[in-house]
Amino acid sequence: MMVDLSAIASAVPFLLTGLWFTVQITLVGVAGGIVFGSLLAVARLSQNRLLSTFATAYVNLMRSIPLILVIFWVFFLVPWAIGWMTNGGRPVAVGASLTIFVTFVLFEAAYYAEIVRAGFRSISTGQYAACEALGLSKLHAYIYILFPQAIRNVLPILLTQTIVLFQDTSLVYVISATDLLGAATKIAQRDGRLVEMYLIVGVIYFLFCYAASQSVKRLQGRLAFGGR
Amino acid sequence: MISINQVSKSYGSFQVLKDCSAEIARGEVVVICGPSGSGKSTLIKTVNGLETIDSGEIKVGDFRLAPGITNVAALRRSVGMVFQSFELFPHLSVLSNVTIAQTKVLKRSKAVAEEKSRSLLARVGLSAHITKYPAQLSGGQQQRVAIARALALDPEVMLFDEPTSALDPEMVNEVLEVMTGLAKQGMTMICVTHEMGFARNVANRVLFMDGGEIVETAEAVKFFNAPQSERAKAFLARILKH
Amino acid sequence: MSLLFETTPDGAGRYIDWILSGLGWTLSLALGAWTIALVVGTLVGVARTLRSGIWPRLGRVYVETFRNIPLLVQMFFWYFVLPELLPVRIGLAIKQMDPPWGSFVPALICLGLFTAARIAEQVRAGVQALPAGQRAAASALGFSSSGMYRLILLPQAFRIILPTLTNEFMTIFKNTSVALTIGLVELTATAREINENTFRTFEAFGVVTIVYLVIALIAWQLMYRIERAVQLPSLASGSARP
Repeated sequence: MMVDLSAIASAVPFLLTGLWFTVQITLVGVAGGIVFGSLLAVARLSQNRLLSTFATAYVNLMRSIPLILVIFWVFFLVPWAIGWMTNGGRPVAVGASLTIFVTFVLFEAAYYAEIVRAGFRSISTGQYAACEALGLSKLHAYIYILFPQAIRNVLPILLTQTIVLFQDTSLVYVISATDLLGAATKIAQRDGRLVEMYLIVGVIYFLFCYAASQSVKRLQGRLAFGGR
Repeated sequence: MISINQVSKSYGSFQVLKDCSAEIARGEVVVICGPSGSGKSTLIKTVNGLETIDSGEIKVGDFRLAPGITNVAALRRSVGMVFQSFELFPHLSVLSNVTIAQTKVLKRSKAVAEEKSRSLLARVGLSAHITKYPAQLSGGQQQRVAIARALALDPEVMLFDEPTSALDPEMVNEVLEVMTGLAKQGMTMICVTHEMGFARNVANRVLFMDGGEIVETAEAVKFFNAPQSERAKAFLARILKH
Repeated sequence: MSLLFETTPDGAGRYIDWILSGLGWTLSLALGAWTIALVVGTLVGVARTLRSGIWPRLGRVYVETFRNIPLLVQMFFWYFVLPELLPVRIGLAIKQMDPPWGSFVPALICLGLFTAARIAEQVRAGVQALPAGQRAAASALGFSSSGMYRLILLPQAFRIILPTLTNEFMTIFKNTSVALTIGLVELTATAREINENTFRTFEAFGVVTIVYLVIALIAWQLMYRIERAVQLPSLASGSARP
């Protein structure tokens, strides 16, 4: 069967709105995920048993269940949680976007936590001793000395996880959200142009992800020589 | 100035420090030597609280260290430490390495801190390298930066934990020269080292450790010429042979 | 969890039967895809380590294609797009496959080939991590290419990559959930169905979550045992990090 290019052209604006939502989810997921993930990583290293046990349990739980299941969970829980806090127990209707952002931050944080934790473990123990000997407070030591090194050491892996996040966003399909894939599906169902839409989406994802992963490879090469 | 009183420490069932005692006066340069595993590194790390002690007491000036005392922030400001593996912060420039503790711990202004950093780096002979990063420096240069970094906090005591053991032979001297200069200026120093030349020429006293105990204490010259204990004699015979 | 033992609306059994059915599909899909992935992944990974010829490049194309497109999009391709692109008679035959198989087969192929790309990269990394001398020694002894890979390189490479393979094995169970979008009633789809029938969301999703956790635990245990079983006496494999 012939692929109809004009059908693709007219769909572009809607696809772009979908793509924009995909990008938004990715950015929020990365930012929130790295922040929350770093906190989880530090919590796992903490002396406080309650904190480290909670953080470990959280990370292991999130990494053992499918993202689709987490999406369903958050969709169910968020209205109840907000309602419990504000509306006297009855669920509050919450926008799909917010729920999606929350889902991705909570989910990806568990993966970023493992990466950041590996980053901390790659720092020589002498660095901790040097910080202590200089009298740096724990907070200062983490912010200025330890965390920057941890991130640097695992930067390529962090970036690769971000590319994975970008692909994971397509799963919001299961709640009929309008990300790139969602937009394409809606057009496909309306116009009966499944083949073209899904092919174009595949190509778009491929181009983005391939370009991104090539950049990460180049960065890896540079980090290796510039070496610390 | 520093008084170590019957300090003991164990790791599980292994006792790494057994009832160690020593007095170090202000301005004294003391070398701790002994075979590997004798507890030298552990002992020196108890003086600035990097290692805790199980029993006994350590006094550094007015500051008292005892089992259970955990708040050692004030102590760290008056005791500087130099490590065998330098431990410079790899993501900061040489200048920033020397400045960061001044601004974050001593709360000096950036201008004052940088001024001090520059003068210290000049003192250790590294003015030309202040914008470089640790990975761009040789081992000897990195260690000199580490010394400057510790000196930047104006400590009253400097601890050296095998400062030259990780250096190639040709770079050992540049570091020893800096340490000798410090000693001549009257800094109170405790050095764990295998550099017997430094010990013999610069140190006032030598503490010989073996198996977690301080076996012998003597003036440096006396120790090398006429060691009293059998273990010290055996140790000196072994290391001076080559 | 009394929900499990209540009867379903269609009177044909209890909800626990639905869960078991969903679990069955999840396990079949995961294990079937894992088999395909191991076989194809190893071949592609080996191809990428070859020194010359067209195979390394073909391998690269394979890996880049399957890694840079989301699994869900690939699933749609196999289910929706491929039947349309094939000659009409074959396309019709595919579309007329009976319900569970019409979804299961594309899902199996899709997940298998997707995971194969990831395994290929790990196999490649494992082979390239081996000392260069291994190939030289094997050649010198007269091994053919296939013999060299089969008997010398791959056995070592697989030991090295066991931790990452374990990760991949656990991931494939999670990825089976994506098949619900093309109609396969695996575990997560079952949870959704139970919820839609009973509105007891917490219990429905809760039970399924626990099942996934148990699967993860068993999978992890299994791989851990394999890792221990194949560990070479001198090789410090990076097993079970805390």
